Parts: sequence; C-alpha cells; structure tokens
Amino acid sequence: MSIPPDDTDITTAGTSSAATRLLGTLAVVGVAWLVAFGLLFSPADRDQRESVRIMYVHVPSAWLAYLAFIVTAGASALYLFRAAHSLAWDRLAGASAEVGVVFMGITLLTGMLWGRLSWGVFWTWDARLTTTAFLFVTYVGYLAVRRLGGTHQQRARRSAAVALLGVLEIPLVHFSVRLWRNLHQESTVARPDGDVKMDGLMLFSLVVGLVAFTLLYVWLVIHRQRALVLEDAAEDHGLEQALSDRRAEAALPGGR
Amino acid sequence: MSPAPDPTTHPGGGLAVEFTDAVAIVGGFPVLAGANFHVRRGEIVLLHGPNGAGKTSLLRLCAGLLPLERGQGRVLGLDLVRQRADVRRRVGLLGHGNGLYVDLTVSENVAFWGATVGAGAGEIAAALVRMGLDGRLATVAVGRCSAGQKRRTALACLVVRRAELWLLDEPHASLDAAARDELDDLLRKAAAAGATVIVASHETERAAPLATRQLAVAGGLVVDDTPSPGVGRGT
Amino acid sequence: MAPDHSAAGAISPWRLAWLIALKDLRIEARSRVVVYQVLPFAVIVMVMFGFALDDDGIAQRVAPGLIWLATLFSLLVVVQRSFAVEAADGALDALRVAGVDAVSIFLGKALAMAAQLVVLELVLFVTAVVLYGPRVRPGGLALLVVTWVLATIGLALVGTLYGGLTAGFTGRETLLPLLVLPVVAPVLIGATRAVESALGTTGAAVSEGWPWIGLLTVFAGAFGVGGSLAFGPLIDE
Repeated sequence: MSIPPDDTDITTAGTSSAATRLLGTLAVVGVAWLVAFGLLFSPADRDQRESVRIMYVHVPSAWLAYLAFIVTAGASALYLFRAAHSLAWDRLAGASAEVGVVFMGITLLTGMLWGRLSWGVFWTWDARLTTTAFLFVTYVGYLAVRRLGGTHQQRARRSAAVALLGVLEIPLVHFSVRLWRNLHQESTVARPDGDVKMDGLMLFSLVVGLVAFTLLYVWLVIHRQRALVLEDAAEDHGLEQALSDRRAEAALPGGR
Repeated sequence: MSPAPDPTTHPGGGLAVEFTDAVAIVGGFPVLAGANFHVRRGEIVLLHGPNGAGKTSLLRLCAGLLPLERGQGRVLGLDLVRQRADVRRRVGLLGHGNGLYVDLTVSENVAFWGATVGAGAGEIAAALVRMGLDGRLATVAVGRCSAGQKRRTALACLVVRRAELWLLDEPHASLDAAARDELDDLLRKAAAAGATVIVASHETERAAPLATRQLAVAGGLVVDDTPSPGVGRGT
Repeated sequence: MAPDHSAAGAISPWRLAWLIALKDLRIEARSRVVVYQVLPFAVIVMVMFGFALDDDGIAQRVAPGLIWLATLFSLLVVVQRSFAVEAADGALDALRVAGVDAVSIFLGKALAMAAQLVVLELVLFVTAVVLYGPRVRPGGLALLVVTWVLATIGLALVGTLYGGLTAGFTGRETLLPLLVLPVVAPVLIGATRAVESALGTTGAAVSEGWPWIGLLTVFAGAFGVGGSLAFGPLIDE
C-alpha cells in the first residue's frame, strides 16, 4: 500500500482490502479447524492426557515467534543494505516485531502452563524456553528503540541496526544456554513436547495449527503495516502543517 | 555523484555553501522550512535573526550534523545527502557547547583535537599562543576556566583543525573586548587565507563590520540578503 | 593558516581509536569517577549479596556468579559515565564533525572501558575472596586470567555499543539496562562457568572451563565486528 494522497482523510482511512478480507476469512476458518481438531478430534496423549492439547497452541505460536523474528531481521537488512532505503521495509520490520512479541508472549505463557500441568513446574531452564524468553525481551527493547523519535529515516536506521544486533545475540544466547544445561544433563529431562508420541491425527492437527497461525500472522502483519503507513502519513501531514506555520513566522514583522 | 573537488584547484571561486529549499527536522519540528541561500568561497557571512529562527540549525546543517530532509544542499562542492561524512571532515564548528572535555586541561584539549586531524606539536602550540592560552592557563582544567576562557579554548581547537569552512554560533558571547578583537582578526585572516566563514550572531552591530554579507534568518528561512561594509574578502 | 587536508587523510582509524582511548583514560585519571564512585558501589553490591544470601556455604559456592553480576551492574554505570563525558559539552558532536570514523570512536571508547573494567573486576575478585572465601587453584590461574580479559572485552564492546545509542537524550538512558543485559547473558553464563572451573567452587575441573573460553571469544569477535558496523547508524542523527 503506498502513501495515501494528501486528500485522503487519515482519520477514517481503513486498512482492509479485498485481499485481506479473503486472508482473514481463511485465517478464521483455519483457526476454527484448529479448535475442532485440537479440542475434539485429536486423541488425548497416553501420559499427559488432555493437557497435551496446549501443544496445538504452543508449538504454532513458537513457530510464529521465530518466523516474525526472521522477517523483522530480513526486512531490517533489506532496509539498510539496499540503496533506496525504502521505508516500506522498516514498516514491515516494525509490524512483524509487534505481532511477533504477542506470539512470543503466548508461547511463553502456554509453555509455562503446559509445563505446570505435565510436570508440575512453570519453568525449566532448557535452551528453547530460555531463548524464547530472551527473544521476547530483545523485541521489547527493539520496540522501545522504535519509539525514540526522530524522522522516519532516523527511526528506521536505528531500529534496523538494533534488529540486526539481535540476530547476532540470539544464537549466542541459545548456544550458551544449551552448553550450560548440558552440564546438568538436562537434555534428557524431557520437555512436555518431547514426550508426546505423535500419531497421525495429532500430527495433522498440529499442521492445521501451523497453517492457521501462519495465515493469522500474515493477516495481522499486513493490517499492522498498513496502519503504520497511515501513522507515518499522519505525521507527514502534521509536518506539512508545521512547515507552513513555521514559514508564517518569517512573515511577521521582526520575527516572533 | 560527482567526485570530491580538490580544494587546491578552487582558490577563490566557486560556492562554499549552496542550499535550495532546504528542510531540516529536529524532534518533529521543522527547524528549517525551505531555506535558500548560498555563500561564496572566501566570504565572511553574518547570519542574524531572532531566537528560534533557525540560525543554529543552519550551521549544524552545514557541518553535516543535521540530516537534510528535503531540498538540496552542497557544502564545499560535496552533496550533503550522500557525502555527509566527507563534508564533516572539512568544516569546523563552534556550536553552543564548546566541544571540550571538562576534566582535561586547556592544552590537552587542544592537543587532542589537533591530533585527530594530524596537527603537529608546533601547530598546536601556535594555536594556543594565538588565542592567548599559553602560559598559566594551558595547564588549568577546562572545568575550572571561565566561560570566556572556555570559548577561547574552543576557538583554539577550531584553529588547529585548518577547516575550509568555519561555522561559528554566537562566538562573541562571553568574550571580553580584547578577545573579541582577537576573534575578528582571526576570522579575517582565515578568510584571507582562503577559508569561508559563517557567523551566527545576535550582536549585529558588533559582527556587521566583519562580514561581507548579512543574511536575515526567520521562521526557518533566509529572508534577506544584504551586502555589508565588512573588510573581509568580498565578492 | 591555509586550509590543508593533506595530513587529515593520513591518520589511520586505529591511531584515532588509540587517541580516543587514551583521552578517556586520561579523563578518568583526572576525575577518578570510576575509582571513587563506581568501585565502592560494586563493593557494596557484593556486601548486599552477602546479606541477601545469608549462608556462607552458598555464598562461597556462587561467588563467581556474584562477581560477574556485580560487574554487570557496574558496567551499566561505567557506560553512562563514558558517554556523559561526551555529552557534557557537546564533545560527541565535535567528534563527529571532526570526521572521526564511527568505528574509531567505538573501538577507542570500548578499549578505555575495558581497561577500567579489568581493574574493577580485580577489586571485585579480591572482595569476593575476602567476603566469601573461595580459593584460587594454581592450575586454574591461567583460565582465570584469560576469562577475565575476554569477558571484559565482550562487556565493554556491548556497553559502548548501546551506550552510544542511549546516551545524552533525556528519556533514553533508562533504556540502557533493558538493551544491554539480555545481550550480555552469554558472557555471564560463560564467564561464571569458567571461573567456577578455575576456582573449583562447584567441584568442576579446570579442563571443563576451557570450552567456555571459546564462547567468550566468539562473543567478543561477533560484537567487535558487528558493533563496529552498527555504531555509526546508532549514534548518527
């Protein structure tokens, strides 16, 4: 979506289009399928019983959190390293990060819930959970940096650098936590999802979940990114107003 | 993108600064709202105008510290958008802050800033002498100096940079009468040697004799351009 | 005084970084802010740990972790100081106008910061030995020193990097801990495990500590390179 022309009324412009309505419908259908299969059709696990159903939300959320991270990092790189420095990449990075943070939160919460139900503990220091927690905090920091103000290009440049530093940081965190937990031989202590014996229907439900959540992600990011376009355009309109006010100062005798 | 011009082949001709509809934004506020102006090499130009007019921003833009949001700008033949880093190396800015390290002595400050451009010990000593900072003052920590002494130290740091474009923001403030005369002499000599000087000042009466042109700044625009009976190198 | 830039191009970025590092160290030598303010703070933190843990056995066991935690908290303060020096009179702007490469500023300030941190950590180690009583094994000394140096380099690089981003603007300094602490977690993990092996506090052998050195080296290398590239965009307006 390109910057709306000056005569667009920013206050009532919407972000939906035929494409997003279709996408949204598919996402809703996908989630409905997921609910059906996850809650009703798929079998309970032998050991974990019904609590295994959290997996159908937890695993797709985790997948999405990492997908969002990759998209943010990729869009940041494209912003920085392409000569055009197109703000569209910056807005994509921002939208993906915002959606990603939410899914990271869901991953952590469902992970904790699942662990509590299956093993009696909210938290284990395994590499995946800890890395997800760090990814979450890193993204909160990234979003805070996006709010530091300045022109669109300044914001974009700064945030892109921070996002790419995150790409450097996350593997290091993951690797160091893994190395650390290996000391305690924790890799053989199962995570809830490591213990699940997946039969055909469970696997299918999981795939439905992945597909549904991916559709949801794309739909959310498109909307959020368009909202960011409108936000930036509103700021630009405000700037035009400020510019004409500023020039009017010059016309006053003796300045202000 | 044109290559950076060789300074030695532009002795007196050519434009030092050229802005067309320049817009610069700080904190969401358009400090410059479409300024048009040009300065020829070897000129001494005075920018005057009320507080908040945009004089400081104009100087910072020339120094390559502010990004150019809209319009075109060329400083010393270099494009402000694409060659900002190269622009910075060739200019010297005396801003609102002095750019000094308050814990170091006067001579240590000048020596540091001189070293960043490769100035030798002789040049550094000469700059200190020029600004009257040799002697007892040289070993006093900047934090203990008076405002005028700090300003003179900042000027010494500027001198030692051998810049092609001198940008000074209210340089006469906090200087006593003798130091002001010194400063005027310094600027005239710099212009005579080929540098271009732009001074922003409230004190029009004081600075006008120095300048060859006066530009009035208001509302982020350059609104007036008059020649001035200065004794700097004119057009 | 003809404008002349023939010499300007002759300054190598390494020499500029060195000049900046020396300048920062000279400022610390004059003002003694780290010595008189940050060191006592770090020592107090160690004492506070003792109060909170309330168990000599546990404290001795976790002493390496406490040392590095106190180092991390002190890092935040040292970073703030390093950039306050630049912001005080507009010196960071002056550095940028001087055409000093962002890489030189980054490496120079990181080097000075590392030098100050190394001294601070030494004091913290001695404090830990005094307060909690771990002993140094002769075989572990090499591991201890290498960890000390490598971890410090990593911390200084990350601190300088995010310090440049958060410095000098109101409402930004509070962002520093949020950005720095997650990033230095690998250093905390690696350095603590390595020192535990060196001291034998958790029954670990010295040989188990050396793989962590690999991690610390990769960390320092990654942020040395990544930081040099990212510092420019982070400090520029």
